[in-house]
Amino acid sequence: MTPISYFMALSAILFAIGVAGVMIRRNVIVMFLSIELMLNAVNLAFVALGRRMGSMDGQVIVFFVITVAAAEAAVGLALIVAVFRNRETVNADELNLLRW
Amino acid sequence: MTMPPLVFAFLAALAIIASLGVILQRNPVHCVLSFALALTDIGVLFMGLGAVTVGFLQIVVYVGAIMILFLFVIWLLNIQADALKPRGNLGIKFAGAIGAAALAAELFVTFSSYPRMREIRTMPPDFGSIASVARMLFSDYLVAFEVTSLLLLAAIVGAIALARTTTGAASPALPVTVGGDAPAGAPVDAASSSIASGSPAREHA
Repeated sequence: MTPISYFMALSAILFAIGVAGVMIRRNVIVMFLSIELMLNAVNLAFVALGRRMGSMDGQVIVFFVITVAAAEAAVGLALIVAVFRNRETVNADELNLLRW
Repeated sequence: MTMPPLVFAFLAALAIIASLGVILQRNPVHCVLSFALALTDIGVLFMGLGAVTVGFLQIVVYVGAIMILFLFVIWLLNIQADALKPRGNLGIKFAGAIGAAALAAELFVTFSSYPRMREIRTMPPDFGSIASVARMLFSDYLVAFEVTSLLLLAAIVGAIALARTTTGAASPALPVTVGGDAPAGAPVDAASSSIASGSPAREHA
């Protein structure tokens, strides 16, 4: 059997990879994917710790997180579509209208 | 009890490789496909942890719906050419990679200092089944469940309001005509096009 701490370590690695993706990529869609990756790392931690506690609350929370991620993806992609229609780019460095 | 170590090692390695593929590949379509692989892998990990229902939900909703939405948007916008532009600031990328590595180390230290707790050996027989998840969802978390339905409704309305074109039929690639040649006698279209014409790109088109 695999200890729960291994799942936590994997969750930490995946979260750090997601953070690195947001930092180093300039494509808005890939940054968005990296945010989803961080959400999934947290989901993994929820399920693993729920298993350790013998409680199912973690799984229900993951259910809600998946729902919120779906809503977030729909609205975020709509925003990206609207921005691309106006600026013809998805590069975050070129979307600088709000920069002072 | 959770899953054999060899299976876990394989799944963990696959998850890390797929996640690295998400952030390192240049073509956004490859990034999305790599992320779909990582999501499926995490879903299998959920099942290995006993959360069978949530694992299948992960695969059906995430891989089947959200990833396909990403693919549709990428194909709709034709972003392929954008991926081949020169890269951005190298210093920021270096700092970002260092910061992410520091974050990973910090999380490791935090988790390893977590007080050792005895894992519960006697799981209820219906742990993670559809019936038990649904029972919790409709008893303890009923209010949150209903609020979630409101959130989804708001997301649908918001997505449509954000992504719709002003006339409803114009292609996003074509320059949108603004002003005088709008069809007369359509107050709703006139109002929405006057709102959308506030963007500078439209006015210069």
